[in-house]
Amino acid sequence: MDEPVLPERPRLAPGVRLHFDKTRGAWVLLCPERIIEAEGPASEILKRCDGTRSVAAIVDELAAVFAVDRAVIAHDVTEMLTDLAGKRLLAS
Amino acid sequence: MNPLGMLAELTHRCPLGCPYCSNPLALEDRADEMDTATWIGVFQQAADMGVLQVHLSGGEPASRRDLIELTRAASEAGLYTNLITSAIGIDSDRLQRLKAAGLDHVQVSIQDTDPALSDHIAGYAGAHARKLALAEAVTGLGMALTVNAVIHRANIANLSGMVALAASLGAGRVEVAHVQYYGWALRNRDALMPTPEQIDQAMQEMDALQTRYAGRLVIDSVIPDYYARRPKPCMGGWGQKSLNVTPSGVVLPCHAAATIPGLTFWSVRERSLADIWANSPAFEAFRGTAWMKEPCQSCSLQTTCFGGCRCQALAITGDAAAADPSCELSPYHSHMQELAHQASGGAYAYRGRKEGTAVPAR
Ligand code: SF4
Ligand code: SF4
Repeated sequence: MDEPVLPERPRLAPGVRLHFDKTRGAWVLLCPERIIEAEGPASEILKRCDGTRSVAAIVDELAAVFAVDRAVIAHDVTEMLTDLAGKRLLAS
Repeated sequence: MNPLGMLAELTHRCPLGCPYCSNPLALEDRADEMDTATWIGVFQQAADMGVLQVHLSGGEPASRRDLIELTRAASEAGLYTNLITSAIGIDSDRLQRLKAAGLDHVQVSIQDTDPALSDHIAGYAGAHARKLALAEAVTGLGMALTVNAVIHRANIANLSGMVALAASLGAGRVEVAHVQYYGWALRNRDALMPTPEQIDQAMQEMDALQTRYAGRLVIDSVIPDYYARRPKPCMGGWGQKSLNVTPSGVVLPCHAAATIPGLTFWSVRERSLADIWANSPAFEAFRGTAWMKEPCQSCSLQTTCFGGCRCQALAITGDAAAADPSCELSPYHSHMQELAHQASGGAYAYRGRKEGTAVPAR
């Protein structure tokens, strides 16, 4: 089994986009044949997956926004992106 | 609760003749199809009431001359657009225009890896080659591709080959879609039903495939109903998450709901989509759990599986309010298993053609 490799500058895969659901007042990730809720911090991470920012840059920006330890944020970001990559939701 | 997904059956016309087609025996006529402006209005209403994804389907949606216009309108309304196609009628030029119109995702069905068997199953010479060409064009344009591998008696032994084909075409996702016996497919149940040995073999292969392709290809598969022990939560519950609009504008809680006698369906030609969703007698009929009988009524899983599929309950038990007989707790469960075990294979019945075409041996 291959461990998903995190792209240097993460970007959502084709057919995957972040969308603000006005009816329900919530961010969602629209994917082929599925919808994933992207609440709070998740949407903040996903908004920055535009192929221009490195993972470290994303972590830096979030550390500036949230009053949370950088190491904790780094852990959360890596975990979430690894999960998305495993589901083929990040461009490789 | 508002719907998240809408299946838009743009037309029932289709050049193919798949024996497993789940569309009804009697298809809607071209003359009854909604025009471009009416469909666009439906997309806007859907987006306004909270629908997020629209599945452009059919029949073959490419049979609509206005497919690009409809796709653009759905996309501009804010909907995620998914095209479900057999590939016939979409060349690379049309695909590029669909992409420019905002198409998010393409789902192409395949019948097998062998061109001759594939074309025989589809009832259309040259279908396989066109499917491969479209799949390659989709990934070539950097678009998201799902391959829908429709699985049944004639190709189940080639499951791994079909998944490998999907991977080689660059699909991000493959749907291992065991035939569901609705509409025309029910007529071909004996011919399409895999044997118990085939199912056992396929289930083992599925585990190996999941491991082999982990992280590279998402493989979505469910246990085929006739060999299951518990039903699938059909549609995520009747009238809970999605709706289905037929070519003429009739709104159904699911694709096969029109087979259920006694239900009154409303049309978007006469009422708003939101009104239909909230108040149509057909949506009210099996929403929630109040309609349930035993064994569902006192079952702790009733809000997990919602009693399964109403259309399947009807087809096997004669009662649309019965438990889905794919459930072990249904008194009809063993009857359903027998139907599967007794299936004898044989020739397909194709729509509009004389019966008796033989399935070529593999
Ligand atoms: S299942 Fe086959 S025949 Fe039926 S609509 Fe789809 S492509 Fe056409
Ligand atoms: S008895 Fe009814 S509710 Fe319970 S698992 Fe079976 S189908 Fe679902």
